[in-house]
Amino acid sequence: MKELKVSAIRDGTVIDHVPGDVVFKVVDVLNLEKSSETVMVAANLKSSRIGQKGIIKVSGKILTKEEVDKIALLAPNATLNIIRDYKVAEKASLSVPDVLINVIKCNNPNCITNNDSVKTKFTVVSKDNIRVRCHYCERYIDKEDIKVL
Amino acid sequence: MDINHRASILIGESMNFKGRDIISMRDFSKAEIMHVLNTAKKIENGNYSNLFSGKVMASLFFEPSTRTRLSFESAMNRLGGKVLGFADKGVSSSSKGESLGDAIKVVEGYSDVIAMRHPLEGAARLAAEAASIPVINGGDGSNQHPTQTFLDLYTILKTKKTLEGLTVGFIGDLKYGRTVHSLAHALSHFGAEMYFISPDSLRMPKDDLNDLKAMGASFHEVNDLEKVIGKLDVLYATRIQRERFPDQLEYEKVKNSYVISKKTLQDARKDMIIMHPLPRVNEISEEVDGTPHALYFEQARNGVPIRQALLALTLGVDV
Ligand SMILES: [Zn+2]
Repeated sequence: MKELKVSAIRDGTVIDHVPGDVVFKVVDVLNLEKSSETVMVAANLKSSRIGQKGIIKVSGKILTKEEVDKIALLAPNATLNIIRDYKVAEKASLSVPDVLINVIKCNNPNCITNNDSVKTKFTVVSKDNIRVRCHYCERYIDKEDIKVL
Repeated sequence: MDINHRASILIGESMNFKGRDIISMRDFSKAEIMHVLNTAKKIENGNYSNLFSGKVMASLFFEPSTRTRLSFESAMNRLGGKVLGFADKGVSSSSKGESLGDAIKVVEGYSDVIAMRHPLEGAARLAAEAASIPVINGGDGSNQHPTQTFLDLYTILKTKKTLEGLTVGFIGDLKYGRTVHSLAHALSHFGAEMYFISPDSLRMPKDDLNDLKAMGASFHEVNDLEKVIGKLDVLYATRIQRERFPDQLEYEKVKNSYVISKKTLQDARKDMIIMHPLPRVNEISEEVDGTPHALYFEQARNGVPIRQALLALTLGVDV
């Protein structure tokens, strides 16, 4: 049943169990509008696990480490399925890493990362209720204030 | 070999500062802080006039701060080292759009160590990552100013003979005063009892208080100095800056309620010391300068041996 909601892809990545309110956010941070590959997005599907969920399928795409970390921040309970020849070749659940490189924008306008060509770097100080600290300016950012790049 | 000796060797092994950067007080353990302070003491009491001979310090002040710059330069010059650099935003390459990392990579070819100040937070950390020689942070925006914190600790240690278990009051602008945040953090290693004395609008930031709690520090937030002054070993005052107040009436009200005068000090312990990172405006009236409490000018002078210690340790010269 679930596979019929969004058509199957031959090779690529399926991001499943994305909470309804962040589906389009994930599409946005992965820059999928600009992708030349086929992208399928289904939102507001019923899920026994998380209520309303969304699925994002991207043909021919293997996610980078940065992209996986971004999804982990936005949708920590999502699952990733790598599809090869219409079959799930690998399944992975997400986890927020200890260090986030080039994943978050620092909220401090006076931070060197907002004024120089350097990748942002954040230490994750709490994973339960996500809290991070900028490696450069040392400011903390709480989950609700995190801006994913 | 007894246990203490073995422990001291173990500590000694982890105390290799050669090539290390001095960026943030968060990077230093209690033992490392003590090692820096003890090295400063050794240098101040010894004869090391050629300690830095043949060494060059690049003094890169992307933001002017005459006091900090002169203190670094004096530290180097007095022990036989040489200094090059700039202290004017106009001549720094950042105004030509060059990245900080590139600017640092050029300068490291001319020097053995870099002392820098920069208006942006995190600039020193970035510079340290770009440089293959040690970088000493002389202030990065409102973030860190570790040489100030080391000299504050050194001043307390010299006067009180210990850093352990002191009762320390901080007064004034605790919201924006980075020297306060940093010193409070460092004193948490030493079991200090801290009083944060400020108007409600200038209280310690929540994040800093959370950090102190996480370190197990004991502190209290109060509005009135009078109620706590009798308990204090150290009173650390900071400047309340007019520009921090959107409402000038509020500033006028607040600035006068935190002036330390002889009258304020009536109930203070005889050996309580008053410190201030300077420059002061009117937080401490001049009549206090002649009392034994006033330690702020000596505090500023302590910046030289502390910076000498940090330079010696990071350069790896034997003290
Ligand atoms: Zn930052």
